[in-house]
Amino acid sequence: MSDFEYAPALESKAIANISKDYGLFINGKFIASHNKKRFETINPANEEVLAKISLADEVDIDKAVKAARSAYVKVWSKMSGKERAKYLFRIARLLQERSREFAVVESLDNGKPIRETRDIDIPLSAAHFFYHAGWADKLEFAGFGDKPKAHGVVAQIIPWNFPLLMLAWKIAPALATGNTVVLKPAETTPLTALLFAEVCQQADLPPGVVNIITGDGSTGSALVKHPDIDKVAFTGSTEVGKLIARSLAVSNTPVTLELGGKGANIVFEDAPLDQAVEGIINGIFFNQGHVCCAGSRLLLQENIHDEFLGKLQKRMSKIRLGDPLDKNTDIGAINSAAQLAKIHELSSSGQAEGADIWSAPCQIPDKGFWFAPTIFTGVTQAHRIAREEIFGPVLSVLTFRTPQEAIEKANNTPFGLSAGVWSDKGSRILWAGNHLKAGVIWANTFNKFDPASPFGGYKESGWGREGGRHGLGAYIKGAKK
Amino acid sequence: MSLDIKKTYKLFIAGAFPRSESGRSYEIKDKKGNFIANPAQASRKDLRDAVLAAKNAHSSWASATAYNRGQILYRIAEIMEGRSEQFVSEIMAMESVTSKQAQVQVRQAIDTWVWYAGWSDKISTIAGSTNPVAGPFFNFTVAEPLGVVGVVADEKSSLLGVVLGLAPVLAAGNCAVLLASQKRPLSAITLAECLATSDVPAGVVNILTGLSDELTPHLASHMEIDGLDLSGVDSKSVAALRISSVDNLKRVHSFSAEKSPERILSYMEYKTLWHPIGV
Repeated sequence: MSDFEYAPALESKAIANISKDYGLFINGKFIASHNKKRFETINPANEEVLAKISLADEVDIDKAVKAARSAYVKVWSKMSGKERAKYLFRIARLLQERSREFAVVESLDNGKPIRETRDIDIPLSAAHFFYHAGWADKLEFAGFGDKPKAHGVVAQIIPWNFPLLMLAWKIAPALATGNTVVLKPAETTPLTALLFAEVCQQADLPPGVVNIITGDGSTGSALVKHPDIDKVAFTGSTEVGKLIARSLAVSNTPVTLELGGKGANIVFEDAPLDQAVEGIINGIFFNQGHVCCAGSRLLLQENIHDEFLGKLQKRMSKIRLGDPLDKNTDIGAINSAAQLAKIHELSSSGQAEGADIWSAPCQIPDKGFWFAPTIFTGVTQAHRIAREEIFGPVLSVLTFRTPQEAIEKANNTPFGLSAGVWSDKGSRILWAGNHLKAGVIWANTFNKFDPASPFGGYKESGWGREGGRHGLGAYIKGAKK
Repeated sequence: MSLDIKKTYKLFIAGAFPRSESGRSYEIKDKKGNFIANPAQASRKDLRDAVLAAKNAHSSWASATAYNRGQILYRIAEIMEGRSEQFVSEIMAMESVTSKQAQVQVRQAIDTWVWYAGWSDKISTIAGSTNPVAGPFFNFTVAEPLGVVGVVADEKSSLLGVVLGLAPVLAAGNCAVLLASQKRPLSAITLAECLATSDVPAGVVNILTGLSDELTPHLASHMEIDGLDLSGVDSKSVAALRISSVDNLKRVHSFSAEKSPERILSYMEYKTLWHPIGV
């Protein structure tokens, strides 16, 4: 019997009003950058140029920081939490109202499937603003003292894997606690941040409370070094996170870092296997594997290895890779040529070091950046693909015999962001949870996110938490981050 | 000249606006003694219907996500904002206040919904705990809603009192049966019209108008009501109501603070769960 084929179900691009070029959003207005330099942002699914983006330099950064400082001193720090809350509620509602437009733009700029932007990125972003709006007027109940104080001006740098969602994780708690913000979106995905600037205008947010400056690594580096920044929040690679931490070590500016990971997904022999297969697939192939907390190492109890692998490969063969705007698409485009090259390089090292590669049989489109869902078996802990973050749809499979061995292997990494445990036995899940060195542990599920739930890593996966009551602390002066 | 269309003030039960099953109504007058309306005079049977409606609505309201409940409470504020002029004129008709004071009261009432809306997905963070018991157990405590709460709203500020009675009850995930002020029920009924168009599921809030002395004893003795807010009951009547509420050990409170997480937690139960840890 042959399978029924899916008919294409394309989301229309018409709703996306992308300008040809964008200025910097400083003090409530879009303005040209000082040096007039521009760079292009492209659609990674077909390499077409979407827009020209301004490249901010030190002069622009200084302007943005001054705007944020002035807004902090004159307006935002004097405003009651109750009124700040109302702005955040407005922003949440505007994001909900414009969610379809945001979903399409995010999908175009990032390459991720529309199903994901529509169902996860955009609604979760709105939820973050809604949640933090509720904190703005009740900070005295959050456990940081009677009169919690803001830092002042916060510099925030976000990655390209969840552009709007990472913006929401950064801006919502910062504003709720009374800080003003200069935010730099990633070089390859600036569009939804610039669209968000429009939302700030529609919400009548006082000028300077949120400033969005676009640029490349040099822009980010200059931003965190600006002398009038009171706090830095960064999400991105561990390598860059360490550069930032070093550059701020002398001034001792408060920093939160949300960095890389090499999450282990442990499947015990008593696990519900079909459910686990779905979870493993979601854990590593969600968002093309561009997820810092991805379950990129699969630890299988040895006696279920063959059976589980068969199920996994069968399921992987059904993954649909292709046009991100098709509502049936599971895996979209890799975000950039540079990232694709990195995935290829690490994948080649896996083969060179002796692991066995298997990729799902996908039709790879002619244009754009793509990588088929791939697994490596026979991986040892010494292989680079078991140690380094690939940040792509590549899963390394290892085995274990005893629960203790599973924990040792799972913890055998400098990272400590996430882990997954699959078992039908509650006591075993809690035992594993006690022993895993990771900031987020999912049991019989994976990649679940909620504004009320703290997120962040142990060890070299970062400093501090985002979300929940704990995440607020990062933006309150003197509180433990 | 064209005549005003006068509104018929009715009860709010299970999302509908019925008259009293008893066919009774009573007369209310404005502060100058002029006739205003004949609101329904609810009977004991109406009260039982209201409790049943609240009971039926509870499981889905309590199991809605806290995020969803928060958005619905915020939506009430949005809808009230559009009706604020009507609230102001009704308050001015009934209470001896200036237009400025009436506006302030409406503003406070709307802000109260916003404040409690934000609590719905935070109260468990504040009040819950993990408990380090001396043994291989994972032990945690969460706060859960009680069920149905009877509210006799404080009537000093007719609108604000009603909102302060309802918002914390709803934020916790409870359903409410509210007795409107006998003399000043207009704000409560107009609020019911806002609730009916604010995504609040039918039965989550039920509002009765009528004679306080007739209805409050039934509210206190009803075996399906789990909690009582007696903030609007005068000090002479409270003791008798407290006594009759003991039959099913209702959680009975009166509040003075307007904004406090304690108002929410007063109508929540703590549940502690033990689970073994081990390979």
